[in-house]
Amino acid sequence: MSDVLDAYPQLLRGTWTTVQLTVYGAALALVPALVFGLAGTSRHTAVRALNRVYVEFFRGTATLVLMYWLFYALPLVGFRFTPVAAAVLSLGLNVGAYGAEVVRGAVNAVPRAQYEAAVALNFTPWQRMLRVTLPQAVALMLPPFGNLLIELMKGTALVSLITIGDLTFNAQRIRAATGETAATFLVILVVYFAIAQMLQLAVRYAERRVDRMLGRRPDRRAAAAASGAGAVKA
Amino acid sequence: MTWDWNYTGEILPDLLDGLRVTVLATVLGYLIALVLGLVWTLLRRTPSRAVNQAVRWVVEFIRSTPLLVQLFFIFYVLPSWGLTLGALTAGVIGLGLHYSTYTCEVYRAGIADVPRGQWEACVALNLPRRRAWQDVILPQAVRRVVPSLGNYLIAMFKDSPLLLAISVSELLGAAYRAGAETLRYLEPITVVGVLFVIVSVLSSIVVRRLERRYATY
Amino acid sequence: MPPIDPPVDPPVDPPADPPADLAPSASVPEESPEGRRLPAPGPARPADGAPGIRFEKVVKRFGRNVVLRELDFTVAPGERVTLIGPSGSGKTTILRLLMTLERVDGGVIWVGDRPLSHMPRGGRLVPAGERHLHEMRKQIGMVFQQFNLFPNMNVLRNLTEAPVRVLGLSRDEAVERARRLLDMVGLADKIDAHPSQLSGGQQQRVAIARALAMEPKVLLLDEVTSALDPELVVGVQDLLRDIARDSDLTMLCVTHEMNFARDISDRVLMFDRGRIVEEGPPERIFEAPAEQRTRDFLHAVLAS
Repeated sequence: MSDVLDAYPQLLRGTWTTVQLTVYGAALALVPALVFGLAGTSRHTAVRALNRVYVEFFRGTATLVLMYWLFYALPLVGFRFTPVAAAVLSLGLNVGAYGAEVVRGAVNAVPRAQYEAAVALNFTPWQRMLRVTLPQAVALMLPPFGNLLIELMKGTALVSLITIGDLTFNAQRIRAATGETAATFLVILVVYFAIAQMLQLAVRYAERRVDRMLGRRPDRRAAAAASGAGAVKA
Repeated sequence: MTWDWNYTGEILPDLLDGLRVTVLATVLGYLIALVLGLVWTLLRRTPSRAVNQAVRWVVEFIRSTPLLVQLFFIFYVLPSWGLTLGALTAGVIGLGLHYSTYTCEVYRAGIADVPRGQWEACVALNLPRRRAWQDVILPQAVRRVVPSLGNYLIAMFKDSPLLLAISVSELLGAAYRAGAETLRYLEPITVVGVLFVIVSVLSSIVVRRLERRYATY
Repeated sequence: MPPIDPPVDPPVDPPADPPADLAPSASVPEESPEGRRLPAPGPARPADGAPGIRFEKVVKRFGRNVVLRELDFTVAPGERVTLIGPSGSGKTTILRLLMTLERVDGGVIWVGDRPLSHMPRGGRLVPAGERHLHEMRKQIGMVFQQFNLFPNMNVLRNLTEAPVRVLGLSRDEAVERARRLLDMVGLADKIDAHPSQLSGGQQQRVAIARALAMEPKVLLLDEVTSALDPELVVGVQDLLRDIARDSDLTMLCVTHEMNFARDISDRVLMFDRGRIVEEGPPERIFEAPAEQRTRDFLHAVLAS
């Protein structure tokens, strides 16, 4: 065990890479989640179809297959990605598809009466979305987003398979160097668990702030409805 | 480099072999997940607070750590504790264990979602506890649970490529090896990607049907 | 969907005579043989006053269910009209059409001298686009049965958000206006409260203030006391009586409270199955209804 802990610089570097990949992946995922999620609430069939195509395709793709494809297959037709770019892209696009479903579900879960009140006050369509619907939808998005963030963090372990020095990759090297298989994997499992717990705390804090902004205790049922629409991995 | 259909045809048998392993691993893993999830759920309902909390944290731990690392643990560590598993067996156990923490949550939510009034009606009718479970609560919970369980089957199918990391020759592993021989990765991995999308999209259509069927009372 | 845009002549800019057809007693204008004419618009309202409203053969369907069948009626500038009738008779649909929350399936709605549901283009009336609706909605405000305050804003912002963003008022002007209105509805002390901290009656009073903050010329009241506990109804009704007395708003009100209807309205319209069964001043409708269906309805409402 002590051999493993002696390798702490390597563990720390790996942890830092894992955290960075999580942050980049989440930032990337947020873009398609919002764009395609809002497209899914459009009145126009063609725009909604965009949402369906994106969501069905990337939800249907296995992250690791996508990652291999970007990393091994695409360079052969002239698109070369760095390992990190391939990793972040595949994680972000995949989680973004689930995120889009969360956004769509949450926006649709905001009562229609709110939209009508916004029409009655003569807000423009853009203002209705930005000032009335989205702020209320965010409260419904946060809990499922929290779950997705943890799924994303877990997903970063896959990058070790395309030679990125994340926590799992470094663990393999420590294992090879020390022969301490059980201890190495136990230690990094605990590190992953700790990261997940911290992410959860951060999301809960955000949830509380949004609930305060909306002046209410979390509305369990509405939140469940939204998370049902885009449940983790669902 | 352009797409080579002849080559695609040559590797196809290998890929289909891989697909067979993938499906086998998914189905077996899913059975474990369904049963083990139920075990977690029941353990969490025991009166013992200690058991309750212990199970809660174990489930939380498994759920918030990467499947890949868990697979490594099962495949590399258990043998040193005297339990040697074949790669496929280790993979199936890993998938089943990981996803049991999701099915456990589905069961719990399904039971919790049965309105309180249903319990109260059972008490008012003086139904014995067993009857209440069997005739009132479970039938309603099952309706709520089926679509989510279906979704996790799809999710698990999409996580099965991870087994290549412990040298199971499932679909993606077969494709990678085929590619490594000829240094042509384009065809095998693209075919695998397409297969995954087709299977996932078709099965999610089935799940949505189930959802609609079970959503209406 | 039937064609909603019949050819129109003469062209869009008609002479500016005051039309008779917006007077309460006026009948529906005749159809010309070639199709529907744009009616002569004009100052049917005193300068800066409230506009009149005219429904012209308005049809509204929900699926196969025809809610309004070729409905014709007018509301004079500044008139207070109450719509009564059994549920499903189309009263609320009329308010929702006026608020542009629903689109007409046939006919034209006029507010003042301009079509609400349609806009003139190339001498014809075509279904209105968002910009035209935005322009027309400036005159109209609505109070909802369920209040519909924005939960992501406190009371003050509920009242200032639209005046600032839509009317372009400065922050200070909007706050000043909000204070004045909150004072009027008796909730000056709740300015920083959150909607969820208010009772139903208080929420509805804030919602009324919010609608008035946009300075509409037409106010639509959709069963505004139906969702309130009985003891809170009176406060909201008194407030609306005051508003009716002190303003020159054109008001359309859907309600099941007959005493309230009698107090505030100049005219009562009895609806059944998308048609007007009977209309007249409240005293006559409530005391000597001519139609059997009106009698049955009033009997049922008063019995409850």
